[in-house]
Amino acid sequence: MNAIFSLVAVIVIIAAAFLGASIPRLDFLFGVVFPYAAITVFLAGIIYRVIKWSASPVPFHIPTVAGQQKSLPWIKDSPLESPHNTWGVIGRMALEILFFRSLFRNTKMEMKSGPKLVYGSSKYLWLGAIAFHWSMLIIVLRHLRLFMQPIPSFVLGLDSLDGFFQVGLPGLYITDVLILIALSYLILRRLTVRRIRYFSLASDYFPLFLLFSIAGTGVLMRYFYRIDLVNVKELAVGLFSFHPAVPQGTGVLFYVHLFLVCTLLAYFPFSKLMHMPGIFLSPTRNLANNSRMKRHVNTWNHPVRVHTYEEYEDEFREKMREAGLPLDKE
Amino acid sequence: MYDCGKIIAGLVIFVGLFTSPFWYDLSSSTALQTPNPVLPTKADQNECVASLEFMRRDHMALLNEWRTEVVRDGITYYRSANGREFEMRYTKTCLGCHPDPSQFCDQCHNYIGVSLYCWDCHNKPALQRQGPQLAEILSPKSEILNKHQMQNPKQLKLMFSHRR
Repeated sequence: MNAIFSLVAVIVIIAAAFLGASIPRLDFLFGVVFPYAAITVFLAGIIYRVIKWSASPVPFHIPTVAGQQKSLPWIKDSPLESPHNTWGVIGRMALEILFFRSLFRNTKMEMKSGPKLVYGSSKYLWLGAIAFHWSMLIIVLRHLRLFMQPIPSFVLGLDSLDGFFQVGLPGLYITDVLILIALSYLILRRLTVRRIRYFSLASDYFPLFLLFSIAGTGVLMRYFYRIDLVNVKELAVGLFSFHPAVPQGTGVLFYVHLFLVCTLLAYFPFSKLMHMPGIFLSPTRNLANNSRMKRHVNTWNHPVRVHTYEEYEDEFREKMREAGLPLDKE
Repeated sequence: MYDCGKIIAGLVIFVGLFTSPFWYDLSSSTALQTPNPVLPTKADQNECVASLEFMRRDHMALLNEWRTEVVRDGITYYRSANGREFEMRYTKTCLGCHPDPSQFCDQCHNYIGVSLYCWDCHNKPALQRQGPQLAEILSPKSEILNKHQMQNPKQLKLMFSHRR
C-alpha cells in the first residue's frame, strides 16, 4: 500500500510535468520558476533544520564504538574504531561517509535446520548503497558541464573517466548503469524481503521511486530520445547567472527530468534524505571515545540543591549523639 | 545553539559548494556566450542528410549507424528522407559542407563538454590539421581529399603490421 501510494505520487508528478510542459506558455514556469523555488526551499530547509538540530544539546557522551578504547599504554587501542582525539574522529567519520563503514558491518541472522541460529555477514545492502551514492555523486558532478561555462577541467576528466569503456555513441556512462541497477536492488529489497516491507513507509519508497525516475529520464534523454543539449546548457547557465531565458524546442522529456529534480530538491529538507547533513551531526559517530580522559558535563544539568552528609550531621548532631550513633565530627 | 562555530562553518561550506555554479557563472565573462557554428553558404549546400532538429539531437547516432553500415554491411550510400542519395563518408559528405570542424563541430562540442575520441586512432582530417585556408584546395570535388581518404602506404603498413 505504501509502495503503491509512492508510485502513484511519482506518476502524478511525471504526468503533471508532461502536461504542463506541453502547454507552450508554461515552459517559463517549469524552466525557471520551479528550479529557483526548489533551490530556495532546498537551501533554506536544510539550514533551518540543521540550526534546529544544533539547538538541542547532547546531554550524554555516547559514541558507539566497535573497538578498544585508549586506556593503559600496553593495551592496544583501535584509533579509528574507537577514536580518542579529533583526528581519530575525522578518520572514523571519513570512513563512514565515504565508505559506509557501519553498513559494511551489517550482519544477518538465520535459523537453520537443527534448529540452529546462524549469524553471517550481509554485504548486499552496503554494495547497493555504495553503488548508488557514489554514482549519484559522480552524476551530479558530471552535470556541472551543463551548468558551468567555461567547463572546469576536473568535470571533463570525470566525464571521460565515467565514459571509459567508450561503448556506443553517445558513450555509455558506467554510473548510469550502476545507479539503475543499485536503485532497482534497493527498491526490490524493500518490496521482496517481508521484514523490510513490513516497516517500510511511503516516505521510504517515495525517494527511491523519485530517484529512479530521475535517473530513468536522464538515461532516456541520453541514449534513446535525445534532446538538444545546447538548449539545455543555455537554460542552465541562464538560470545560474540570473539571466533566465527559456530556449524553444528542448523537448518535454527534459522538463519532466527537471521537474522531478525540482521535486527532489524541494522534498529533501522534509524527508529521510536529511541523513546527508545528519551524518555529520550524529553524536554516536562524531564524539571521541575519551570519557576516561575527560570529564563530560551534561549541558542539560540543572543546578540541584543538595543536602550533604556534613550538613545532615550538623543538623541532627545532638539527636544522633543521644541515640548513640557514630559521628564524623564530635 | 551548541557548537556554534562548527555548525556555521559546516553550513557555509555546504551552501558555498551547492551554489558554486551561481558564483562560477556570475564571475565568468564567457558564461552567456552561446556556440556559433558556421553554416555553409553555397547554393548547392543548402540541404543536410536529415532535418535540422534531427541532426542537432541525433547526428552522433547517425554517424555510428553509418559506421556500422559501411564497415560491417558494405552499404556506402544513404538515402535521405526526401530521396537524395549521399555517400556515407564523414570526410567527404560531412566535411564537404562543413570543411572546418573547429568552426562547426567544435563550437557546440566544446560548449557542452563533448570530447571526441575519433582522432585517437584515425587520421585527423587534413583540413583541421593544416588550417581552414586549405578548404578551397581540398573541396569535395577536389581529388586531393579523395586521395587522402584512401589509406596512405604508411597507414596500410600500420594496419597490417600487428597481424603477423
